[in-house]
Amino acid sequence: MTLPERDSPLPGRQVALVDLLDRLLAGGVVITGDLVLSIADIDLVRISLRALITSVDGSGAPLPRDGRP
Amino acid sequence: MNDEPALTYVYAAAVPAPRLDAVLRGLHGVEDAPVAFLAPHDAAPGAPAFLTSRVPADRWSEEALRARFEDLDWLEGTARAHHRVIEALTAHTTVLPLRMATLYRDDDRALAALREQRPALAERLALLAHHTEYGVKAYVTPDPGTPGPGADDAAGTAPRSPGKAYLQARRAQHHAREDRYRQAGVAAERIAAVAARYAAHVVRHPVQTGPLSDGGAGENVLNDACLVADDQADAFRVAVREVGRDLPGVRVEVTGPWAPYSFATLPAPPAPTGTADPPGPRP
Repeated sequence: MTLPERDSPLPGRQVALVDLLDRLLAGGVVITGDLVLSIADIDLVRISLRALITSVDGSGAPLPRDGRP
Repeated sequence: MNDEPALTYVYAAAVPAPRLDAVLRGLHGVEDAPVAFLAPHDAAPGAPAFLTSRVPADRWSEEALRARFEDLDWLEGTARAHHRVIEALTAHTTVLPLRMATLYRDDDRALAALREQRPALAERLALLAHHTEYGVKAYVTPDPGTPGPGADDAAGTAPRSPGKAYLQARRAQHHAREDRYRQAGVAAERIAAVAARYAAHVVRHPVQTGPLSDGGAGENVLNDACLVADDQADAFRVAVREVGRDLPGVRVEVTGPWAPYSFATLPAPPAPTGTADPPGPRP
């Protein structure tokens, strides 16, 4: 049972990379438009990245575009 | 990089305010570049703007990114830089994070996207105001009490043969494991239900099982993100702590506060989300 004692981010406290990537690779607003790298391309790349964090889903289905489970 | 071709990297949307100028001063994002608000000159007060910085075009081309996204060191550095910018602002205002590596050819194209998306961004920012994301994770802790093969002598009944003793011990170990996992699934559901009671929305992330996850912490059986109203945050943390205390063999961890990364696209109906897998260990 571990809970941070404070409710505000501590300066210099480093969040776990695995928790950060959970959020940064699947979360955040996806804005379409005149992007350099389309989100569809990032999604392709993400599949191998996600394997670092979680077991690859047995169905082999790619992750949904909007990051919702 | 003044003369080199550069792209516009967009971190997040937020409403500019004079008090944020001091936060932005000295704040550096990816490529250690200074971060600034980008908004049309005719922007109405209170309208969302983009938080941006410039990145060298040759290192952030599609081709370059495809390769670099596979490089964990680069990925970590970029993720932490992206997060640093968003976290710095989150302490002072509502921030709507954008997907990592949202890049435009130049500020004009980013502004065009901003103009088009402003109503949606403003609406989302309003919904997220006075709310904070927290992670709720549960782990089944390794059980030192589970007898392993060869540890059967203490069981009392004298084994007839080493082979049979081994099998008996293996069976006992297997049953203990099964019980444990069944209990872990129930525990994960209980924790998720308690957390959801205090959350405006819940998003279930996949449990963390890859090499990046902390194996020493036990097996991750729940990995939820909860969007909690700020006036509920204390009650939420107390409740999750309490439920964790009642569950032997299960460790509960609350992460955050986070910017609302997991809620940038809000689920349509109120929480809890019903489409995700039930919590618990994988078979």
